[in-house]
Amino acid sequence: MKCDQCSRPATVHLTEIRGGKKFEKNLCEQCAAKLGSTQGVGHTPINELLSKFVMEHSGVQTEPPAACEHCGITWAEFRQTGLLGCATDYDLFERDLAPLIQRAHEGATHHLGKAPGSKAETGAIQKRHVDLAKMKKELRRAVEAEDYERAAALRDEIRDVEQQGAV
Amino acid sequence: MQVRDLTKGTGEWLRGIGPKSDVVISSRIRLARNVAGFPFLTRCTARDRQALQVQASAAIAQCNLGPAVEFLDLQPLRDIDRQLLVERHLISKPHAALEGARGVALSKDETLSIMVNEEDHLRIQVLRSGLQLADAWAQIGPIDDQLEQRLHWAFHPRFGYLTACPTNVGTGIRVSVMLHLPALKLTGEIEKVFRAAKELRLAVRGLYGEGTEATGDFYQVSNQTTLGRTEEQLLEQFEQAVVPRIIEYEQHARRMLLTERTVALDDKIFRALGLLRNARLLTGDEALFLLSHVRLGVHLGRISDVDMAKVNELFLLTQPAHLQMILGKELDGDQRRAARAHFIRQKLGAG
Ligand SMILES: [Zn+2]
Ligand SMILES: [Zn+2]
Repeated sequence: MKCDQCSRPATVHLTEIRGGKKFEKNLCEQCAAKLGSTQGVGHTPINELLSKFVMEHSGVQTEPPAACEHCGITWAEFRQTGLLGCATDYDLFERDLAPLIQRAHEGATHHLGKAPGSKAETGAIQKRHVDLAKMKKELRRAVEAEDYERAAALRDEIRDVEQQGAV
Repeated sequence: MQVRDLTKGTGEWLRGIGPKSDVVISSRIRLARNVAGFPFLTRCTARDRQALQVQASAAIAQCNLGPAVEFLDLQPLRDIDRQLLVERHLISKPHAALEGARGVALSKDETLSIMVNEEDHLRIQVLRSGLQLADAWAQIGPIDDQLEQRLHWAFHPRFGYLTACPTNVGTGIRVSVMLHLPALKLTGEIEKVFRAAKELRLAVRGLYGEGTEATGDFYQVSNQTTLGRTEEQLLEQFEQAVVPRIIEYEQHARRMLLTERTVALDDKIFRALGLLRNARLLTGDEALFLLSHVRLGVHLGRISDVDMAKVNELFLLTQPAHLQMILGKELDGDQRRAARAHFIRQKLGAG
């Protein structure tokens, strides 16, 4: 399938809901990124929440940070091997890494499950994500059932919870 | 511990017992963990690797991880010893082939292996024959906890357990079941299993994991994603949904073959048995292929003079490293094919 806006292969498939109607878009990554940065808040594509991929709302593409001061790895080196150099790379490259991780994990953005010891903080974060996971599941169902009103409501709820958390 | 001593048994994963063992050969859970404060292995110096190995083996020794756990330094071992551990699913192929300090802690019953300095600092693995994922989880959880107290895992509030490859981040868990699906292969329905697995984002691989072909109708089904789902949710998906359905599907195909294509089925089974009892040269893949049909025949009661334990044993003992270890000498490819055929004829009784 070709991108709607150029001739590159379409890898991003968006379902947008406007006025209770469904619109589908098939885009290449580049065009999708462009779209992501110009998209108005009211038109957040459902898939973004269904999370096929994440786009930074800041939109402006800046260079990834320079080499990690602990292990020396650069973003380019990581892209070559697919392996990171140390634990701090997850923070250092978080902005660029998060969308990759999300794509690799069926849209998941946060850890759920076991954690070392019993850190209360982790517990609270986890609870919020259990809730979010449930809501997203519901959202997926609503989209499948083509209940776009319900989907739009859930989408807004999810956005609120995510903003509250701001993890 | 002598690696050679392992060849006396079939290890845990091919014991051929446990629930649903007619279809499920084994269950495995693996956790990827990294020690906080050390770089990941791609960025470790030789000294870092050494220090990691010393710390990990000491922690393993201090913990109470179950019966008779011993640490084996892989570096000084012969290639054939490492190969033997791969054939027994105790270490991975990359772990055998890597350079530098690395090792594995093994429990005597071969249900536990902890790879040190593989792609991640530690990869803790628990194996069970048959479908026993809940059991495996019950064993591996406390082991992870005990090691964490001494080694302190790299953990991130958002991304969970941190791994060298971001595709393993989160729980760092890989759940896999080794399935024997000869009937679905014979009826050509195996493609449907692949498609269903793909839809569920599960990987289907061959006998020795990543990049290996499905020989002997063995298929390893495992999760590909590790983030955003608890370990329990994943295990439930496997034990309640995925695996029972595949088992049912295979059993249905077996019954269908038995009632509707009896002669064709018997032909496959007895042709395989005949070849195994008479061939003078057998490659590893051919032996697996034939043994698979014999295993099916024994399970369906078509073959009565061959013991299932013996068939399971042969799957393992006819692998190159095992064969050479048992015969006590190095063999080239041609010699191995002859030795394999001879060994099988002895075990199955020449027809
Ligand atoms: Zn485009
Ligand atoms: Zn680093």
